[in-house]
Amino acid sequence: MKLFKNLLNVVKPHFENGGKLEKLYPAYDAFETFLFVPNHTTNKGSHIRDAIDLKRTMFMVIVALIPCMLFGMWNVGYQYHLAIGESVSIFENFIFGFWKFLPLIIISYVVGLAVEFAFAIYRGHSVNEGYLVTGLLIPLTMPIDVPLWMLAVSVIFAVVIGKEVFGGTGMNILNPALTARAFLFFAHPIYMSGDKVWVHDAMVDGHSGSTILGELAASSNWQSLSFNPFDMMMGTIPGSVGETSFIAIMLGAVILIATGIGSWRIILSTFIGGFAMASLFNFWGANELMTTPAEIHLIIGSFAFGAVFMATDPVTGSQTNKGKYIYGFLIGVFAILIRVFNPAYPEGMMLAILLMNIFAPLVDHYVIQGNIKRRLKRANA
Amino acid sequence: MSKDIRLKKGLNINLEGEADKVYASIPQSQYFSIKPTDFHALTPKMVVKEGDKVKAGSCLFFDKYNEFIRFSSPVSGEVTEIVRGAKRRIMEIRIAADSEVSYKSFSLDANATREQVIKGLLDSGVWPFIRQKPFDTIANPSDNPKAIFISTFDTAPLAPDNDFVLHGLDKEFQVGIDVIKKLTDGKVHLNVDGNTNPSKVFTDCKGVEINKISGPHPAGNVGVQVHHIDPINKGDVVWYLYPQDILTIARLFTDGKYDVSRMVALTGSQVERPRYYRTISGASISNMISENSIKDGINRFISGNVLTGTQISADGCIGFYDSQITVIAEGNEQEFLGWIAPGLQKFSMSKSYFSWLTPSKKYNLNTNYNGEERAYVVTGQYEKVLPMDIYPMQLIKACMIEDVDAMEQLGIYEVSCEDLALCEFVCTSKMEVQNIIREGLDLVKKECS
Repeated sequence: MKLFKNLLNVVKPHFENGGKLEKLYPAYDAFETFLFVPNHTTNKGSHIRDAIDLKRTMFMVIVALIPCMLFGMWNVGYQYHLAIGESVSIFENFIFGFWKFLPLIIISYVVGLAVEFAFAIYRGHSVNEGYLVTGLLIPLTMPIDVPLWMLAVSVIFAVVIGKEVFGGTGMNILNPALTARAFLFFAHPIYMSGDKVWVHDAMVDGHSGSTILGELAASSNWQSLSFNPFDMMMGTIPGSVGETSFIAIMLGAVILIATGIGSWRIILSTFIGGFAMASLFNFWGANELMTTPAEIHLIIGSFAFGAVFMATDPVTGSQTNKGKYIYGFLIGVFAILIRVFNPAYPEGMMLAILLMNIFAPLVDHYVIQGNIKRRLKRANA
Repeated sequence: MSKDIRLKKGLNINLEGEADKVYASIPQSQYFSIKPTDFHALTPKMVVKEGDKVKAGSCLFFDKYNEFIRFSSPVSGEVTEIVRGAKRRIMEIRIAADSEVSYKSFSLDANATREQVIKGLLDSGVWPFIRQKPFDTIANPSDNPKAIFISTFDTAPLAPDNDFVLHGLDKEFQVGIDVIKKLTDGKVHLNVDGNTNPSKVFTDCKGVEINKISGPHPAGNVGVQVHHIDPINKGDVVWYLYPQDILTIARLFTDGKYDVSRMVALTGSQVERPRYYRTISGASISNMISENSIKDGINRFISGNVLTGTQISADGCIGFYDSQITVIAEGNEQEFLGWIAPGLQKFSMSKSYFSWLTPSKKYNLNTNYNGEERAYVVTGQYEKVLPMDIYPMQLIKACMIEDVDAMEQLGIYEVSCEDLALCEFVCTSKMEVQNIIREGLDLVKKECS
């Protein structure tokens, strides 16, 4: 600790006003504040401040993502060894997946943070913490075999077009992690959908690894699926790295809700919206996806992952408490709607959330107008 | 009908250093100061100059834009210094006190009419204790407020307990209330703490509406109480006072004196023996500090509470409206990887530090920012600590972009800085909420006048 302090004290003068590297101060500042909570004290208003800051908030989201990440790593190994017909230990599966997934995390963080630092230096403001979470969310929503250069391009697109052009963390309209995924999905659909991408090496070996939604879209009855609801809960099914295990996602949800960082209103209403819409389709029952029971809909695909980690992004979601209920409910409704009616792509969560990101300000607008009208009425009464 | 209001939203911050319910006596302070900066938006016009002799109750200065509003010396003595700040703004009028206070005498009749009462309050310099909502400025004597509010309890961290401070002063309090009642055609609302058993001084008070309010801070704030009892809209005015100031009014009418002596609680984690002192408004705190002992280290002295108080020096003076001094440690130290630590000693409304495992623990908080200022990211935090039907974040954003129409629609008239102090405290993005609201209020006031 002393060592770091001394080191920082040695290099600091170069970055301060008049120093050789004055322009790079935001980069220095990012490292210093990463290591040490700054010694700033209050000078206006409240003399004491809550211990929480944006770094802690983002850190808690990362903690909440850890169960999904660890399970995802194991599942990568498990699905691969299942496909090639080998049986190995839990530990070997995990190590296998760990080495496959690690490059994705590294590329995502290195490329994304490089862009963030570049913008911070260019604009002369401090580096925001938003990317700490986005950088982990992006690889978790990808198929394991996504080419690294594609991942890098999508990260750059997401950070520049999704976030920085609007002014950086807190100013963006669309969820940056989903922007990355949507970009790759439309630019390189072969790598992002179908039945050959969800298990490692499926494309090369030709062994099939279609997702549950893929099978359902291809008109197989949900009861004849190769997976039972227990597999779906546990997550021992093919899919994007982080999305498969309902249990791991719920662990994350518990952490987010208990710490007060994720909005329970959004999570709950998304599930209610999805359940309501799927139940409605159950009555209709025109295709296999429609007849799939509503509760199964909620635990397959990326529904749960999206509801817990993507829809709850406070920047792109609704900001009012009432708005959060409406916003979440509509995400659930649209996710199932797209899932059921879109023949080309059986997963609707990503598009539903991006769509509602756009409509969140409108939802808030009407909620706030309601408040204003109530206030005026009180004045006239 | 008196009301019983139960509030759920809000936050009690448990700090170390609550004042023990004992009085300590100290010799009278040697010097006093009156700070025109305690009165928001006031432009003072001096009456005295350095070297003048004054009595308790002699006029020191008046409001340049309303010459009837006068400000009096709290003690007798000599004006030693008029401290000026940037642009020659008057910051302080310092008075070296006589050893024995001699009072200017005022002859006032308790059976006076409304006009006589107002004139008496203005002439003696007691008037500035009466303030108005919206804007939190000194009440305008030509207004007729629709109601007068008195909050008998303070829910802010370590705040003095008025039940203790006013114990046994039933008669005086009633005299003050009877005078106040003449100032409005509407009701006088006396709001008592529904969490505890309020003192008889308040519950037996005659001629007022007694409302019960319960809930965490800011339930004791007048602004929150007004919002739930008799909300103000554009054009409405209510007046409010603090309980100890009612005693000052009572003493003016019974003894004919400008007597601003009061109980002040010395609180905070850096105070060895937090307790109450009987002193006079505007007195230097150096006596209190030397009688007690303050823990070592770099300390911050605050006149008022930790959320809304004003920073003063170790030999500074008690603010005009304050009855609390808080001493806490400055937090100008870096903390290694503090944002990853489990944080058992850290207080947070969120449960992101493990201190939530010990909910009744008392905390020793310092003045560290605990982070850096950021753009808004987190939502829904402010709503948890503001017990009003108002969207705080949207209101703050309207203030930031100086959109007066939006501010009015979103309820700027109903809020004060102190009501949103907790929003500032809990803010993840470390916004200076109180300052933003104050600037918004000033802008609206300017546009309206």
